[in-house]
Amino acid sequence: MADIQQDIRPSRLHRAWNSDLGWSFRHAPVAVASTFVVLLLIIGAVLAPFIAPHSPFDPGSLNLMNGFTPPGQANQFTGDYFLLGTDDQGRDVFSTILYGMRISLFVGFAAVLLAMVLGVTLGLLAGYLGGWTETIIMRVADVQLTFPAILVAMLIFGIAKGITPPEYRNEMAIWVLILAIGLSDWVQFARVVRGATLVEKNREYVQAAKLIGRSPFAIMLRHILPNVLNPVLVIATISLALAIIAEATLSFLGVGAPPTKPSLGTLIRIGQEFMFSGEWWILFFPAATLLALALSINLLGDWLRDALNPRLR
Amino acid sequence: MLAYIIRRIFQSVLVLLMVGLVAFSMFRFVGDPVDNMLGQERTQADIERLRDQLGLDQPFVVQYWRFLEQAAQGNFGLSYRQGRPVAEILVERLPATLELAFVSGILALVGGISLGIFTAIRRRGLSANVIMTGSLIGVSLPTFLIGILLIYLFAVELGWLPSFGRGEVTRIGSWTTGFLTESGLKSLILPAITLGLYQMTLIMRLVRTEMLEVLRMDYIRFARARGIREKSINFRHALKNTLVPVITITGLQLGSIIAFAIITETVFQWPGVGLLFINAIQFVDIPVMAAYLMMISVMFVGINLIVDMLYFAIDPRLRVDRTAGGH
Repeated sequence: MADIQQDIRPSRLHRAWNSDLGWSFRHAPVAVASTFVVLLLIIGAVLAPFIAPHSPFDPGSLNLMNGFTPPGQANQFTGDYFLLGTDDQGRDVFSTILYGMRISLFVGFAAVLLAMVLGVTLGLLAGYLGGWTETIIMRVADVQLTFPAILVAMLIFGIAKGITPPEYRNEMAIWVLILAIGLSDWVQFARVVRGATLVEKNREYVQAAKLIGRSPFAIMLRHILPNVLNPVLVIATISLALAIIAEATLSFLGVGAPPTKPSLGTLIRIGQEFMFSGEWWILFFPAATLLALALSINLLGDWLRDALNPRLR
Repeated sequence: MLAYIIRRIFQSVLVLLMVGLVAFSMFRFVGDPVDNMLGQERTQADIERLRDQLGLDQPFVVQYWRFLEQAAQGNFGLSYRQGRPVAEILVERLPATLELAFVSGILALVGGISLGIFTAIRRRGLSANVIMTGSLIGVSLPTFLIGILLIYLFAVELGWLPSFGRGEVTRIGSWTTGFLTESGLKSLILPAITLGLYQMTLIMRLVRTEMLEVLRMDYIRFARARGIREKSINFRHALKNTLVPVITITGLQLGSIIAFAIITETVFQWPGVGLLFINAIQFVDIPVMAAYLMMISVMFVGINLIVDMLYFAIDPRLRVDRTAGGH
């Protein structure tokens, strides 16, 4: 019997496709195109060890003779071919981009996750409990909002770097980056969730939950949270683009991912040195990848905001 | 109104105290200050003496208070890396950043407001649409990529403008200026555009949205019905009423121009305080980081305060019925 029932009920994917959001998605070519680009880049990053023609960080496989091979041409000494050319040390640019994207995307996703968990928790607490909790949380948020997020991230990075012992700094850099970007970005989430919680907590279902004696934490997590998630989703998407750009900026400035574990920003920093001598591809391809990634996530976020906003339907 | 202003000043002081606490904690807890100040050859007696001198055995609150006292006098100790007083280094570097921020601020304001008005009035025109699409890409482009792109175009390919540094500077007292020499002015162009472009697109989009909103209002329709000239309607009737939100955002943007100068200064190797700050982070030069943080927060808080006061000057309604309350 169970089998038959499963056959009748449409699958989860099918239901999502036929929902309002799915309809809106199918009718927004920009959203479909950006999803395609984002998915392509994510798959490239995840499968980098299998796709990348060379392993850029294995010194044994590098041949210095291959240095500065232009894209789409065979090297004049060794005859090796590289799709997007090579850098000064003979590393394949296409492979470094794939591996760099791994780090950029990982830092971006992890930082947004940290900011989201922190912001949503603090926002729920502030909105639901009120009183002193709310005053303290929102005051700190206000102070932090006075400063641009990138500055806060730089400062946290600097402090964390000072605390870690020098021999671990390169290894820890990625985690420090996640911490710095995540902590610089929680305010948006907290403010929105607090606002939504203030509205939801006076609704009847919350009153009912209170009456049957559920604990405040159960009410916050099981009842209010699912109802304030829509705006959180929108902010998370836009934050992801901002986090990826923030990571690239920090790495570009030399206060992010180290050259031994380069992200897209580090690659652009390295490539900039060769701009003056005519090896444009070392700079151009990582920059174009970063731009494609940031732009398509931004466009996706824009679409999501409009699609989830009931007033615009 | 007075109550509101006093409340805002009180809040600003609170922000500065909190930032001061962060700066102080950096000094106190990131690395050992005694370790950083004494060289390799030191005795236990040296350590004890310096500890006593710095007051590190005192209670936390007393230390914090002493730090604030010193900071208020502009005394942040010696840079770990350069061995010179931090205040001296900052004063030396500040003119470069302020000149750059000033030029980009003007560029962003003038460019942003005029393009905003233009795109609002010619809403359906081709050029307005081109500008709007361009601004969307401009918002997505990270600042440092804009800088690199400009360097590539105007310094590498065309060779018109220098790609780094301030050019020749003239010294006037303790201030160094690049405004008076040709190479100084030429060096300023690319960094100023890089820094101002993002703010310009933001201001432009804001002015456009506000203008479109105001142009839909009844008093504008009446003004049209009365046969007032289009130019007069746009600039004398509509623009005035878009100014309040524009001033808020612009004021806050001026603050972030100083922060984003860090990125621009690194791309163009511009010898300002932003580049100093990035180098300080790379070498964990805590006194410079702390001093920069304090300096920039005084600027931010000051700008915010001035913006809030400007409301009263611009919006007469606030002078009448604003009771003490947040915004």
